[in-house]
Amino acid sequence: MAPPTTSSAPPPKGFKAWLYDRLPVQDFIETQLTGYYAPKNFNFWYYFGVLSLVALVLQLVSGIFLTMFYKVGEATAFDSVEFIMREVQWGWLIRYLHSSGASFFFVVVYLHMFRAMLYGSYRAPREMLWLFGMAVYLALMAEAFMGYVLPWGNMSFWGAQVIVNLFSTIPAIGPGLVEWIRGDYGIADATLNRFFSLHVVAIPLALILLVVLHLVALRHKGSNNPDGIEIKKKLGADGKPIDGIPFHPYYTVKDLVGVGVFLILLAIVVFFVPTLGGLFLEGPNFEPANPLSTPEHIAPVWYFTPYYAILRAVPDQQMGALLMFLAVAAFIFLPWLDRSPVKSIRYKGWMSKLALTVFAISFVALGYLGLQPAEGVYVFYARVFSVLYFAFFILMPFYTRMEQTKPVPERLTYHAHA
Amino acid sequence: MRTLNRALGIAVMLAGAALAAPTWAAEEAAAAAGAKAEEGHGEESASDFKHWKVKNEVANLASLQRGARNYLGYCLGCHSLKYVRYSRMAEDLDIPEEQLEKMMPPGDKPADYILSSMPAADATVWFGKPPPDLSLMARARGPDYIYQLFKTYYADPSKPTGVNNLRLEGVAMPHVLSELEGVKVAKYKEETKPGEDGKPHTERVFEKFELVVPGRLSEADYDAFVRDTVNFLDYAGEPAQVKRRHLGVFVVLFLIAFTWLAMLLKKEYWKDVH
Repeated sequence: MAPPTTSSAPPPKGFKAWLYDRLPVQDFIETQLTGYYAPKNFNFWYYFGVLSLVALVLQLVSGIFLTMFYKVGEATAFDSVEFIMREVQWGWLIRYLHSSGASFFFVVVYLHMFRAMLYGSYRAPREMLWLFGMAVYLALMAEAFMGYVLPWGNMSFWGAQVIVNLFSTIPAIGPGLVEWIRGDYGIADATLNRFFSLHVVAIPLALILLVVLHLVALRHKGSNNPDGIEIKKKLGADGKPIDGIPFHPYYTVKDLVGVGVFLILLAIVVFFVPTLGGLFLEGPNFEPANPLSTPEHIAPVWYFTPYYAILRAVPDQQMGALLMFLAVAAFIFLPWLDRSPVKSIRYKGWMSKLALTVFAISFVALGYLGLQPAEGVYVFYARVFSVLYFAFFILMPFYTRMEQTKPVPERLTYHAHA
Repeated sequence: MRTLNRALGIAVMLAGAALAAPTWAAEEAAAAAGAKAEEGHGEESASDFKHWKVKNEVANLASLQRGARNYLGYCLGCHSLKYVRYSRMAEDLDIPEEQLEKMMPPGDKPADYILSSMPAADATVWFGKPPPDLSLMARARGPDYIYQLFKTYYADPSKPTGVNNLRLEGVAMPHVLSELEGVKVAKYKEETKPGEDGKPHTERVFEKFELVVPGRLSEADYDAFVRDTVNFLDYAGEPAQVKRRHLGVFVVLFLIAFTWLAMLLKKEYWKDVH
């Protein structure tokens, strides 16, 4: 393995020389691409970081084009979306890319987060990386929720009604806060207008900033890997990590494959099943917002349903809302809850493996239950899985310390493919 | 006065429907409809009406053309398609300009949206609420729902319209297609079920329909008529859908080729990673 070095390349000439003299282009390439060493044993789970970035760009670009035709306002919003779907050249494609892209964004972000939990990527010295990631996740949830309101369908309206009303359970300031968020006594034109402003300006700006900080934190400490050991501790004679390979070209070409598979799956949804049986676009949202007609049962889009199931599992609305917010916030504390001497699930004991498996099953099960009506056996199961969900976090300091871990190897586990 | 008004409204609507009724391609339509109906129906049980499937083919231009004719003849009197233009519909459905001229209500131009001329205020008096726009009905409720609705009207003298509907109890819309379908009555049977208190109790359960007055169409032809119309509403819900699926095949094939090349490139580069 002979890493290509840019220093052996001939010095730039002409415009390139002029530009490189004025901007740190070469420096950036050398420190961030060709000279940035990443562990060579990244597996399947390591595609979801770059795919999140692809999803972000997809949403930004398709969103820019949608904004050219979308007409904010309760009298015009719904009609303008149908105008985009029917009369704008390729409008249907842009709209489906944006609506499916939102769901795909959450798919890859959830898998990206699960990867971090598998291999302990949130552990020291990468806590800031994890915290910026969580901030991105929170901003993304706000972005998706407000974006869902913009088409002003009946589910947009009633979904907004339910979610915004959750803030009314905050003691003392609740009712006033809700009025302040809505800008009116109910979900109305004022709410739609401010959600549009936040969705297309404020939150995307915050998202981009947070993603940049997330990447800065990543590049500063370097990537974790499936073995959860630091490659920077084993340096070769040239001062480079023995188990590292230059990000470019090795991971850029590898990521290209992942992006290809991602785009294939996205295209299948966009072109053949854009509503995905009501999971990505719901039937009631093809009816305009109507304050006098409540949909048969209100459910948010699938990526919020695990938390929605927790909310409805609690008989008391105030407690339910509190637990729902805690369920989201719990992830933030992972770097300090995990007390295991090892990072990766590969070397943790059976208790950690069982806990993570049960947690993953609970998350998916809650997601399913959140889509069902809150009645009978569904509520019972939602309670069971809510308890398991929180048990994963609360018991983590104990089971990670109690269990017997396996010895961690000195070098990365890597078998070159033929 | 109210009842008179309502009766007047229904009369106006039915007259309008009769005037605009099959003027175009009627014979071939009936022939094709008959052929299609034979394959579709038969195995479905009457009491299972909530699971009837319309099995419409939105790429079938002949069916869409018949559906458009049915819609303009029987539905447009009350229901608009406010997001669809006549010209776009004619282009997508391959309807020649002179045919379109014959199909459009007098005074409408090809670039116009397909709008009903019934005043909403009158409609509210006549039916209790204005008839909804149907542009997105197939997307909101699903094509099967509309199909089931039109197959489960039955005579009910207690209603002001004389009919009721199994799929939508107390439906406000009169059975505008009854001249085609005829008049059906619903037959019920007694069924004994264990109740919530554990004791068995008898329930009146829907069993089947019985045709008491035949309509202009046979059962199979009426079924085909409804399927074509629902097919048209499916098209109207998303006019780009046929093009979307067609294009999708090429996009996915291109992306597979791209990914395969990327895979080869990756393998080549990773040869020297040991």
